[in-house]
Amino acid sequence: MSLLQVKNLGVQFQTPDGYVYAVNGVNFELEKGQTLGIVGESGSGKSQSVLAMMGLLAKNGKASGEALYNGQNLLAMSPKQLNAIRGDRVSMIFQDPMTSLNPYLTVERQMTEVLQLHKNMTRREAKKRAIELLEAVRIPEAARRIDMYPHEFSGGMRQRVMIAMALLCEPEVLIADEPTTALDVTVQAQILSLLKDLQRDFGTAIVMITHDLGVVAGLCEKVMVMYGGRVMEYGKSDDLFYRPTHPYTIGLLGALPRLDHDGDTLVSIPGNPPNMAHMPKGCPFSERCAHATAHCVEVLPALEAAGNQTSVLRACHKPVAELQIIKEKAHV
Amino acid sequence: MSERQPILSVRDVKVHFQVKSNNAWPWTPKKTLKAVDGVSFDLYAGETLGVVGESGCGKSTLARAILNLHPAKSGEIVWMGKDLRQGTDKDWLAVRKDIQMIFQDPLASLNPRMNIGQIIGEPLRVHRPELSGAEVDKRVRAMMAKVGLREQMINRYPHEFSGGQCQRIGIARALILEPKLIICDEPVSALDVSIQAQIINLLKELQREMGLALIFIAHDLAVVKHISDRILVMYLGREMELAEKHALYDAPSHPYTRALLSAIPIPDPKLEKNKQIQILQGDLPSPINPPSGCVFRTRCPLAQERCSKEEIVLHAVSDKSQSSCLLV
Repeated sequence: MSLLQVKNLGVQFQTPDGYVYAVNGVNFELEKGQTLGIVGESGSGKSQSVLAMMGLLAKNGKASGEALYNGQNLLAMSPKQLNAIRGDRVSMIFQDPMTSLNPYLTVERQMTEVLQLHKNMTRREAKKRAIELLEAVRIPEAARRIDMYPHEFSGGMRQRVMIAMALLCEPEVLIADEPTTALDVTVQAQILSLLKDLQRDFGTAIVMITHDLGVVAGLCEKVMVMYGGRVMEYGKSDDLFYRPTHPYTIGLLGALPRLDHDGDTLVSIPGNPPNMAHMPKGCPFSERCAHATAHCVEVLPALEAAGNQTSVLRACHKPVAELQIIKEKAHV
Repeated sequence: MSERQPILSVRDVKVHFQVKSNNAWPWTPKKTLKAVDGVSFDLYAGETLGVVGESGCGKSTLARAILNLHPAKSGEIVWMGKDLRQGTDKDWLAVRKDIQMIFQDPLASLNPRMNIGQIIGEPLRVHRPELSGAEVDKRVRAMMAKVGLREQMINRYPHEFSGGQCQRIGIARALILEPKLIICDEPVSALDVSIQAQIINLLKELQREMGLALIFIAHDLAVVKHISDRILVMYLGREMELAEKHALYDAPSHPYTRALLSAIPIPDPKLEKNKQIQILQGDLPSPINPPSGCVFRTRCPLAQERCSKEEIVLHAVSDKSQSSCLLV
């Protein structure tokens, strides 16, 4: 049995304009020590799918499907049952470290609270453990720093405090929702290498959510590309980066400014990110896709194995071979 | 290159702010925060200068100092042979016809109570009052077509647009006066990857068409690679390296530039997993109390004793690149 198994996950929001389907039919499995990257632009539903798993949806949101952690469905649990798991066995790092730490409490109070609640430690034991973790995420002078308030830390340090806090109970699954988006590249490199080390030392499984394909490349074994609330392509990261089979993945890779290529112009994807309240009937990407036909606009493509590459799932009507030809033309 | 006259030359510009120290008595003297501390560069017509550095390195303050939005404390800002720092308000009005700015947050930089026709036309109404309403309208529509906005949108308000479209409106507003220089302060940082590429390509196209010079500020060396001719790397208000694009990416001379380059994740699993990342230890020092000598020495892997003592100046490493590192 997989550590985390998500089956047909969906998220709907009730709005004055009717239902908005933010996430549709997301499936994945995660084993111990594995890393999954979920990549997409704003409005792709990548954050909402993990917030649903953690029971953190907004009040007008509703999740459907199943998210099994060791066989227990997280979506069907009461808040009380969930509280026993989240923060302890499954924990989360948020994008903005300033707004997700409590500005009124010292770092020590926020960290020991977790341990006192989940591990029944005394405050003194908890503090000792918290200092160990702060040292593990390489915060200098952790014993002194722990008594400070969040505003006394820099952005990168706050994010490291968040990571230390998420790791306090040695969770089996760590969900990182754009943990480096708000940070400078040099700090991003620090945080990513830290996550790699921690995964090696603790064997934590990581779900990494990001819009940056570069972040995913070094860290993840599997990658899921989402657009407009649906999975566009899902497979091993090697396959996805070297042999992308979906027009959106190809587009994303082309649009990324990169250091290892010399080409002068970036290949942009025309149009704007999707408006979730007005999605096309067919493929959500059809509005911006260069290969879209009338069939694409009308009929939703199913997520299926891509031709002879069985390790990759893709949702596109166009056969892979046709896209390859177009891709080669673009390179010439 | 020396025979060409630069359109903008910035010489030893310093922007200092007076700040209250923490827990200070009201009578304790204020401290000085050196946001920009002695930056010099030349910009030629039609050229793009990329300015790169981490947050807090003074790159935005430098941009604002050029437009006198934060007056510089000392130094020279020479635009077309005229020192702007001596200029009166009237002179500045004339200069702003030629130098325009595009801001980072596309929505926040547009007035929510004006429709986009008014927003794009406003610079014309300020700087070219002699134009008739019909003429302004004609020019606004032409400019909208140029930046890829449909004409029918002219009466809509900023909140009706997506981030990428708002940035196009900002670009149209900056271009309507046909300036010679546009300062872009992180124009794509707030946008999605696919939209980033659109905006970068648009800026390049418009630059070619209108012969614009650009100062393109970003915190990421990968983004500026696609648009810049030369790149200035800043750290803690100082210049670290100023080099032509290929010289900088192929043979970075300053250890800070090398660290910045190695920190950028490459979307290629094999390269990324095997790459040697040079991780900078620690955090940015406080600009109120910067390290002596080379400001980068506290995080530099090559730092030696002389780095803290000797005076640091930008010097030529080759004919295409200048570096402030003592060791090269």
